[in-house]
Amino acid sequence: MAIAARAKSAKSASVPAAAPPALTRDQEIFAYREMLLIRRFEEKAGQLYGMGLIGGFCHLYIGQEAVVVGMQLAMKKGDQMITGYRDHGHMLACGIDPKGVMAELTGRRGGLSKGKGGSMHMFSKEKHFYGGHGIVGAQVSLGTGLAFANAYRKNGSVSVAYFGDGAANQGQVYESFNIAELWKLPVVFVIENNRYAMGTAVTRASAQQDFSRRGISFNIPGEQVDGMDVRAVKAAAEKALAWAREGKGPFILEMQTYRYRGHSMSDPAKYRTKEEVQKMREEHDPIEQVSARMLREKRAKEDELKAIDQTVRAIVNEAAEFASHNPEPDVSELWTDILA
Amino acid sequence: MATNILMPALSPTMEQGKLAKWLKKVGDKIKSGDVIAEIETDKATMEVEAVDEGVLSSILVADGTENVAVNTPIGVIAGEGEDASAAPVQVASAAPSTPAATPEPAPAVVHTAPVHAQAHAVEEIPAGTEMVLITMREALRDAMAEEMRRDDNVFVMGEEVAEYQGAYKVTQGLLQEFGPRRVVDTPITEHGFTGVGVGAAMTGLRPIVEFMTWNFSMQAMDQIVNSAAKTLYMSGGQMGCPIVFRGPNGAAARVAAQHSQCYAAWYSQIPGLSVVMPSNASDAKGLLKSAIRDNNPVIFLENEILYGQSGEVPKLDEFLIPIGKARVHRAGKDVTLVSFGIGMTYCIKAADELAKEGVEAEIIDLRTIRPMDTETVVRSIMKTGRCVAVEEGWPQSGVTAEIGMRIMEAAFDYLDAPVARVTGKDVPMPYAANLEKLALPTVSDVVRAAKAVLYR
Repeated sequence: MAIAARAKSAKSASVPAAAPPALTRDQEIFAYREMLLIRRFEEKAGQLYGMGLIGGFCHLYIGQEAVVVGMQLAMKKGDQMITGYRDHGHMLACGIDPKGVMAELTGRRGGLSKGKGGSMHMFSKEKHFYGGHGIVGAQVSLGTGLAFANAYRKNGSVSVAYFGDGAANQGQVYESFNIAELWKLPVVFVIENNRYAMGTAVTRASAQQDFSRRGISFNIPGEQVDGMDVRAVKAAAEKALAWAREGKGPFILEMQTYRYRGHSMSDPAKYRTKEEVQKMREEHDPIEQVSARMLREKRAKEDELKAIDQTVRAIVNEAAEFASHNPEPDVSELWTDILA
Repeated sequence: MATNILMPALSPTMEQGKLAKWLKKVGDKIKSGDVIAEIETDKATMEVEAVDEGVLSSILVADGTENVAVNTPIGVIAGEGEDASAAPVQVASAAPSTPAATPEPAPAVVHTAPVHAQAHAVEEIPAGTEMVLITMREALRDAMAEEMRRDDNVFVMGEEVAEYQGAYKVTQGLLQEFGPRRVVDTPITEHGFTGVGVGAAMTGLRPIVEFMTWNFSMQAMDQIVNSAAKTLYMSGGQMGCPIVFRGPNGAAARVAAQHSQCYAAWYSQIPGLSVVMPSNASDAKGLLKSAIRDNNPVIFLENEILYGQSGEVPKLDEFLIPIGKARVHRAGKDVTLVSFGIGMTYCIKAADELAKEGVEAEIIDLRTIRPMDTETVVRSIMKTGRCVAVEEGWPQSGVTAEIGMRIMEAAFDYLDAPVARVTGKDVPMPYAANLEKLALPTVSDVVRAAKAVLYR
């Protein structure tokens, strides 16, 4: 049902029929490597969760990699990023050390938040990554605040606020839309529509399922984007970022994407068929698209891509190794960082 | 029959105002609904409409008169056909008998007396410092203006803070001095603009977020508690949130259940927040300046009834009162009264009452609810052995409950009687004047509680 509904809406939506502009070879290799890093990292995280090394909630980004990597290809140094709880991929895309992220997942002292934040709560001032937020929709107001700070400082930076199709129904999202457009704040709202808010299909939760139109009553322009195609994401991101950077206010990008795994590790995903997932994997996989294209267009050789895969695996294994053996935080950490 | 025109009350807490201008002159015909005069309150200039018809036969209070008490006759309307030059109705016989018009002090809930000069802790103000008498409203405004001059990262945002000059006039003049970049009017979207403020603070800006009243902060509580308070901890100390949330808290007067509650206990439960609640102009200024400079989120609870009260504030370039430090307001040896914010007004009057009966009460103004200065309280208990804790908020899990527990933990052996508390009643705030009075603590409640712990 959900598939049919989506196909129908996609046809009538503003997704351009023509293929998006090609990436340079370097960009394509970069995208491949970054997406693969996220994929392998998340697979490893899932594995460590199964081994009991990661506790609590753990939301994997597998399937959605093209969104954050495509955005990253268009963002400039100084642009901020903020997202919800499905945040591992965003941190890796920002260039944050995978060891720090993985050790945070395992709750160790070498974690990005010294083991005190966990999967959903990580930050990096250095990389302009503002979290990592566990309350659905909160990051949208906060991300608008990052944009407010950019406008206040006139620093030319743009804030990119990611949220899902579920968060898109929260009230504060629209309070933020209103403020952002009213004050012409430099923010790009990226709605990662992976079709399910936890176990509830978009068709069961959203009156307006074309999320690119969610800003219409605030005069915020929006665009639906094939979020499985990193080229399309990059092209749309460039346009949206330029719009915001030029002082024209916010822009909404609905990234039509898909998560292969459950909402969290404890989700049996009974709300969709195995066939649906399989079809997405086979026909739309963001990483597969890039590698197939590069091989087809003879931009890269099989060996080269394999070598990248091996490098990525080594990075992820090193991160997992570190995260498994790094000690837990010192007990004195219980009482630190409460007040600055 | 001539009718008196009375000085109107134009807000729930207004007790007096300035008769700015008469728009009618003696002899003018007046119809019901005509604007006859302009009144300036501490919040706004308002128009007074006639409710009676006739001829303005005399003006009793001239243009430009300040501090005209509510319900004072300001003019007389003569009925049709009456002599327009008819003598004004005698004030003594015609003045309505509402409490505000009588020379007696207002009811216990509404205190107007300036807080005593002895309020100032000696160590915070060097001897010989020049003191200036200003209202708490002005003190808060001055604190913000001084900090905004000092640091470009400081800005104010909230509903009606800029062009309207503040719903309660606390931000008066800030737009004129600092411009719209730093004094930002927001739409009525507490959840949204609070998140925006917190996000801006995460980048190192220092927002002062005004809630028109703290009641509306419940719309934004998630951003205050989950985002502002916890980020430092969740980020392992990497990213903090230097932000001040401020505005009037607690019961004002006759605004009923949804607009009359104290948030001291609510926010004081959250690690990562500091909660401040000043009782007088001087503390308000020194604490707000400290709050703005603090690198953590600070909940700054003001009070509408206290806004207009004057107090002496030191004329110092750097007047900072540390957060987390209580103040001994009045020394005494028999019983300790502990309170904060408007609760102090009950304690101060109760101590005067008790003094008449030979009881020397020591009063401690906590000033900061979190972190709570237990040490100062305990030091006093060690001397008096008895304690009454007073707050306007509700009793269950209230601040006074916390005070009582802390005393038990830290000074049980010094107690000569169980700690008593006086709180607001455990009911939503009623609207009716008599019920509202019953719902709030009173001076006699405090006196009675003090006598109870003294076994007198």
